[in-house]
Amino acid sequence: MNVDSIQNGYVIDHIQSGRAMEIYDALNLGTLQCSVAILMNVPSSKMGRKDIIKIDQLIRLNFTALGYIDPGITVNIITNGSVQKRRMELPAELRDVLICKNPRCITSIEQELPQVFRLTDPVSRTYRCIYCDTQAKRAETSSFKR
Amino acid sequence: MRSLIDILDLSTQEIDELLATAQDIILNPQKYSEKCRGKKLATLFFEPSTRTRLSFEAAMYELGGNVLGFSEAASSSASKGESVADTVRVVSCYADIIAMRHPKEGAPLVASMYASVPIINAGDGGHNHPTQTLTDLLTIKREKGKFDHLTIGLCGDLKFGRTVHSLIGALSRYHNIKFILISPDELKIPDYIRNDILIKKAIPFEETSSLEEAMPQLDILYMTRVQRERFFNEADYIRLKDSYILNPEKLRSAKKDMCILHPLPRVNEITTAVDDDPRACYFRQALNGKYVRMALILKLLEVK
Repeated sequence: MNVDSIQNGYVIDHIQSGRAMEIYDALNLGTLQCSVAILMNVPSSKMGRKDIIKIDQLIRLNFTALGYIDPGITVNIITNGSVQKRRMELPAELRDVLICKNPRCITSIEQELPQVFRLTDPVSRTYRCIYCDTQAKRAETSSFKR
Repeated sequence: MRSLIDILDLSTQEIDELLATAQDIILNPQKYSEKCRGKKLATLFFEPSTRTRLSFEAAMYELGGNVLGFSEAASSSASKGESVADTVRVVSCYADIIAMRHPKEGAPLVASMYASVPIINAGDGGHNHPTQTLTDLLTIKREKGKFDHLTIGLCGDLKFGRTVHSLIGALSRYHNIKFILISPDELKIPDYIRNDILIKKAIPFEETSSLEEAMPQLDILYMTRVQRERFFNEADYIRLKDSYILNPEKLRSAKKDMCILHPLPRVNEITTAVDDDPRACYFRQALNGKYVRMALILKLLEVK
């Protein structure tokens, strides 16, 4: 299966198999006008199987959200055909990436406030809302801020 | 400029200093009667309160200062839709320090981000209530003389009981503390307290639904009210409200020097027959609340 190479854009590589759609939703890629290719279950010597997303335009990419979803991801930034690799890491803070779902949180009535989650336990990758301490639930795409 | 949003904003050394100041105020009230002359405390209470608001006001008056504010959201611009950020930016123009209670969790933290004067969290929903914790700590200090080698029973609503969350956080920094968490299944402590404090710090704790079984082990019994205002569903409140009622009969198996604490107000979870028991400390605890708030106001206003 072939997907054309790109001159200016991103290749989001080493996505855990099955998680490409989560990233697609989190980065709101459905709203882009450019070509976006999602490759799932691609054979990988390192990972067995992996997902890849190719974006045919240098958009403003939210690296913090990517690091939160999967710190093992590699992003290849392609500018005029030359490639620069950037590895993701677990961010210490997520600002306006997730929304707090606690109906008792101040952010539930004051939507203008920045939505901030902090990493409280890197081992379990636990993030908590700075306002109410509610834990961010993983794999809940409805928690992502649009 | 410091604010107090979470009891863990204070180091144990700072807590010890605050309690020492509070004890000095008890012994020498005259020495402190003019310390805040010309200063103003704003009490912004978006949710009803008797004890906390009045103890803050009494504290400021006894320091020689003045008080302004409101005691319900309906009498503030919040009822017109004003944000917490705007409210405190405006009140910062009129007061030197703000004590805020709000039904939404995190509102005082938001206030501290936008105010130009210190903010004291006087309770944010079911989340934190650090000045109640300082009150509880001063009471334990005065009654027991120490914070270590204690078995503390926390009983009732441990899910929404903000005083319980703050107290666990504060006491977990001392040595040889054991908690016995007594609650119905539906009102157990939140995961973030269990996982991030008790398990992470390897603090011994038990969870049980039986007050009677826990009683003989306890040095301190901290009773709480099941709070109607925290339930979205009235039926759940009615089912759980009478889960634990402390009476003289249940106290028979308790240690002779156990302390009974309660943040108040109580409804029926401690019968009035317990009030005359020397182990009942909850009214002395309410008095301690004023002294510790005096000490806190002095600290945050950096008054020597």
